[in-house]
Amino acid sequence: MRNVRNFTLRLALIGLVLAFWEGAVAYFAVPRFVLPPPSQVFYGLYNGFGSGLYLDHLQVTLVETFMGFALGCCLAFLFGTMVALSRALEYFFYPFIVMFQAMPKVALAPIIIVWFGLGLASKVVNAALVAFFPLMVNTIVGLKSAEEDRVSLMRSLAANKWQIFWMLQLPNAMPYIFAGLEIAMIFALIGAIVGEFVGAEKGLGMLIQSMNFTMDVAGQFSVLLTLSFLGLVLNGMVGFLRRRILFWDAASKAEAAATSVEKASAL
Amino acid sequence: MDARTPAAVLPRDRTGDVIDVRGVSMRYSGAGGGVLALKDINFAVADGEFMAIVGPSGCGKTTLLKILAGLLGGFEGGASLKGTPIARPRRDIGVVFQSPVLFPWRSVLGNVMLPADVQRLNKVELRRRAMDLIKLVRLDGFEHRYPWELSGGMQQRVGIVRALVHDPAMLLMDEPFGALDAMTREAMNVELQRIWMERRKTVLFITHSVGEAVFLADRVLVMTPRPGKIQDELTIDLPRPRALEIMNTEAFGAYVKRIRLALNAGGVLD
Repeated sequence: MRNVRNFTLRLALIGLVLAFWEGAVAYFAVPRFVLPPPSQVFYGLYNGFGSGLYLDHLQVTLVETFMGFALGCCLAFLFGTMVALSRALEYFFYPFIVMFQAMPKVALAPIIIVWFGLGLASKVVNAALVAFFPLMVNTIVGLKSAEEDRVSLMRSLAANKWQIFWMLQLPNAMPYIFAGLEIAMIFALIGAIVGEFVGAEKGLGMLIQSMNFTMDVAGQFSVLLTLSFLGLVLNGMVGFLRRRILFWDAASKAEAAATSVEKASAL
Repeated sequence: MDARTPAAVLPRDRTGDVIDVRGVSMRYSGAGGGVLALKDINFAVADGEFMAIVGPSGCGKTTLLKILAGLLGGFEGGASLKGTPIARPRRDIGVVFQSPVLFPWRSVLGNVMLPADVQRLNKVELRRRAMDLIKLVRLDGFEHRYPWELSGGMQQRVGIVRALVHDPAMLLMDEPFGALDAMTREAMNVELQRIWMERRKTVLFITHSVGEAVFLADRVLVMTPRPGKIQDELTIDLPRPRALEIMNTEAFGAYVKRIRLALNAGGVLD
């Protein structure tokens, strides 16, 4: 009952904000190219999807994001695993990791466009580059976080290095890896959009850019809404997989300490 | 014959020894020559014998267990299991740690089968053994549950079953009930005795509880720290199965008293 009431209140608040926005824009006669009323945004959304224009661009951005995510994550997992398992690799690659981590990866987008052109490839590379680091770092930390006792147990059973990796380190790292995947998914979307800003023939980022030139601010807002919905769906997909695969993580954490933070985020 | 065995212990036939530790010393490197963790440790454990090592924290008993489990090298002297020197982890040893050390991504049965997976043993046969052992520790019906669904005592019983499933020659137990509350701990002691009497494994049981050592063991080694050495050795001649009430008997009290005297002689105040 309480949940239903809270949910209604939540919806009412969103409605109230939209109504206030609509009213304020009309009352103060704010020009449309500065701040469009929500009704115009929804109209843009309706038009964009009705004409098939948004879906066309959405598909391009989606493909870029998925391919960039897949490429970046595969490389990040491989590289992270190698660094976590080999002291020598860690020692020699550490300076590169630190340097690239400090660099804002999106700033590389113009160079990537020069190297890979205006098509799909440059956006995939850009998305992969941005998605790479959160997963690589989490893979390294996760693989190195196996408890001393558990390693001793495996060693006492005369397990070799590979068995310790497959049976202990990798499952133990899964919560970290999934946290990295969730971030990487959103980052891949950011990478694809930034790539489209810099130079593209199609995609939602390119659409925002071209709407900016024609001062179609309502249209931009409607694409932004589409993007944030897309981000939610992508994040939800990884979250769904995580809950399926890491059923033991959530449950054992809840058993250890049912913290209020977790309860709050479960809302 | 072991020259260090106190006179009170009768000479015994040593041909059936599973564990033989001779002149083992261990020094951890560090500033000022390091720390002498173990000094000239000598003892042997016969086949099917329940041996307890009792001592305070820091007396080197965990170091000793790690050496026997093959997890720690760089010691002096010799340690052998069934006649062959221990140099690295071996498959015929089962270790029970202070915490249950269960993998949360594996079910109870999955955790118990870990040695079978690591050592690539016959899954069908091991599974049957696992189910028998799970029944023996009264966890039947829980084999497909996950560790977080079990109480602390149940988790530690899973840890014991896992150490037994590959039929090791020797069971090493490092304060296995140290993390449990006092009442669960007593219940687990009775449980362990029952399992031991049924399976007759050779057990080396490390504890800092004097009562636990006397209750469970055939023989008790008393260790004292700085450096870790064996202060006394006594044979516990109490009939089995021992019930918890035996702790109130005069004979039990006499053993406890002698161990405490040995601990005090070694500079341990408790």
